[in-house]
Order: sequence, then C-alpha cells, then structure tokens
Amino acid sequence: MSGWFHTALSAADLLGLFGHFLVLSLFAVGGAITTAPDMHRYVVAEHHWISDAQFTSSIAIAQAAPGPNVLFVATLGWSVAGPLGAIATMFGTLIPSTLLTLAVTRWGAKRKESRGMRAFTTGLTPLTIGLLVATGWLLAAPYATDRAHAIGAIALVAITVIVMVRTRISPMWLVGLGAIVGAFGWV
Amino acid sequence: MSAIASTPAEAPLAQPASPAELFFTFNRLALQGFGGVLAIAQHELVERQRWLTRQQFVEMLSLSQVLPGPNVVNLALMLGDHFFGWRGALASLGGMLLVPLVIVLALTAAYAEFSRIAVVAGALRGMGAVAAGLVIATAFRLMGTLRSNRLGPPLAAAFSVATFVMIALLHWPLVWVLAGLGSLAIALAWRRWR
Repeated sequence: MSGWFHTALSAADLLGLFGHFLVLSLFAVGGAITTAPDMHRYVVAEHHWISDAQFTSSIAIAQAAPGPNVLFVATLGWSVAGPLGAIATMFGTLIPSTLLTLAVTRWGAKRKESRGMRAFTTGLTPLTIGLLVATGWLLAAPYATDRAHAIGAIALVAITVIVMVRTRISPMWLVGLGAIVGAFGWV
Repeated sequence: MSAIASTPAEAPLAQPASPAELFFTFNRLALQGFGGVLAIAQHELVERQRWLTRQQFVEMLSLSQVLPGPNVVNLALMLGDHFFGWRGALASLGGMLLVPLVIVLALTAAYAEFSRIAVVAGALRGMGAVAAGLVIATAFRLMGTLRSNRLGPPLAAAFSVATFVMIALLHWPLVWVLAGLGSLAIALAWRRWR
C-alpha cells in the first residue's frame, strides 16, 4: 500500500501535476483517455514518478472496475502521490471540461431551433454512431485476436449485441454471464 | 426546460422528480458500467427511465463528443442541468463519480493481491468482452435515428461508415476526424435548411 503515506511529491510537484491535468482537460476531445499518451509523457517519461507497468495497470484497474473510464485519472494520481495525487488529477481533469460543458450547453439550449444548431447535431449524429461502433471494435479487438480464446470471445460479443438489440433486459445480466463464462476460462 | 425541446411525437415520457433521483439513477447506472458506462446510460435513461428519446440521447451524445472531457460525464452534466440547473448537474456528476471513485481506489490498493488469481483474471476478461458488445449494441439501437436524419439515410450511413474506418481501422486522431469529416457533415446538413 504505497499510496496512503506516499510523500515523494512536494507541494510544488503536486501543484504542477494539478496544473498539467487542468490543461490536458481542455484537449480531451473524445474523453480523457485520448490524452493518456501525454499523461504518460508527463508522469513516466519526464518526471519518473511511476513506472511504465504502474501506468498501464492504473488504466487496467479503472477499466475493470464499475464506473466511467475517466476514473483511470484518479488511479493514476493515486499511484503517483496517494490520495492527494488522486485529488489533484481528478479535479484537474474535471473542472475545466465541466465548466465548458455547462457554458456551451446553456448557450446551445437557447439556440436549439436555430439553423446552425440543427445542422450541427444533424451532421454530427452519423459520426457519433460510427464512433460508437469503432469504440466497441477497439474494445473487442484484444479478446478477438487472442488465439486461445478468440471463438469464445467473439461468440460472447455477438450474443451480447443480439440480446441487447432484441430485448430490454438489464445489461447487468450479460456482464454477470461474461464474468461466469470468463471465470471458467472460455473467453 | 427547453434545452432539448423536441417535436411532440418524440417527447420523453417521464422526468426525474428531484436532484436526488438524478443522483441515485446515475449512481446505479455507473455501478453497472464495467468497461464504460455509455451503454448502461443509454439503457437506463432512454429504455428504462424514459427521460430522453433515442433521438435526444444521440443529439446530447454528439454534443458531448465534440466537447473536451469524458463523454458520459458531459452527458450527465447536460441532463442534470436540463432538468434542475446547476443543482441537477452536480447531483448527476456526484452520482456518477463518488461511489465508483471509492471502489476503484480500493481496488488500486488491493490490485497486487487479486490480479494473480486466474479465476478473477478470467472473469474480468469475460466482462471486458461483454462491455465491448454493449457499446456495439448501443450503436445499433441508435442507428434507427439516422432514418429521419435530414442528410438522408444513405449519406448519413456513409458518414457513419467513414468515421468507423478512420477511427477503428486507420487509427486517425479523433480531433482531426471531427474537425474534417464533422465540418463536412455539418456543412452539408446546413444546406438542407433554408
């Protein structure tokens, strides 16, 4: 548990970490994960606060845990400097994008029926749907290319898609099915 | 209340009663989201609670996509703000992040112990594969909205396919795809209104 009493970072380092994530927040179009390469550059390559392996496992833990993927930012901060690190990275990531989102939403709401806003949402909707398929594709790729388990993994993805499109059952049941099937080593 | 005003035919059927309901709904959907929350959010907000139509959901998602920050977090902020202003935005945000944050930090602390167990590693793989399927299924559910897209279904579908190819197969940066292809799509859509 290196986290709790971690004192490797000075107050100035913590402020630097916070400031860096504040800036990255505004570049995180498509989600915080798109700025992960630059986070890696900052905390691993430049400052050597954590190792490559620690960086990767921070992201893997957040993916495996329930909740939005952005929580990998908190696990990363925790690995760097414990609870204070998690606070620095999480607030740094959320404050700018939150304020901007609220400002733009309110600005856009007043112009909802304007030609510009309608063209904007009409034009971007097809891209959003294509992007969702791409995200699913990229998430599935590591499972589908692992030879030992490819057939089971592809079947599980296909079953999930069919059940979700055809029925309205809660996705929780499928996640549970995935956990059981996976625990038996079939995926 | 007009943030996502819509035609009567597709008006949402229900509304949250209070910011507290927003908090607990987002908390529940966040805790169901293994490997991402988007698929669960669509299920809970559209299919179950009926606070949004599929059309409204995909429009909000499109906007949250081009804004910096996590998409589902932006979506939660927009929905919360739409129903209860900044109190709703904070309730949605807190519901989505607080409990999962505690869990993920506890897991970080315990990681060295549990990752070595084969059954746990296998279960996580299975859940990861399902998470991928959930996202693809969400896309299929929302494809129906392209039928009423003013670009026309063939052109709209072409933009979807082009986006998929550029991101998933060519690995182009999202920012460039949105700036280039997105601008083209918006410009073409602009010409459909007079």
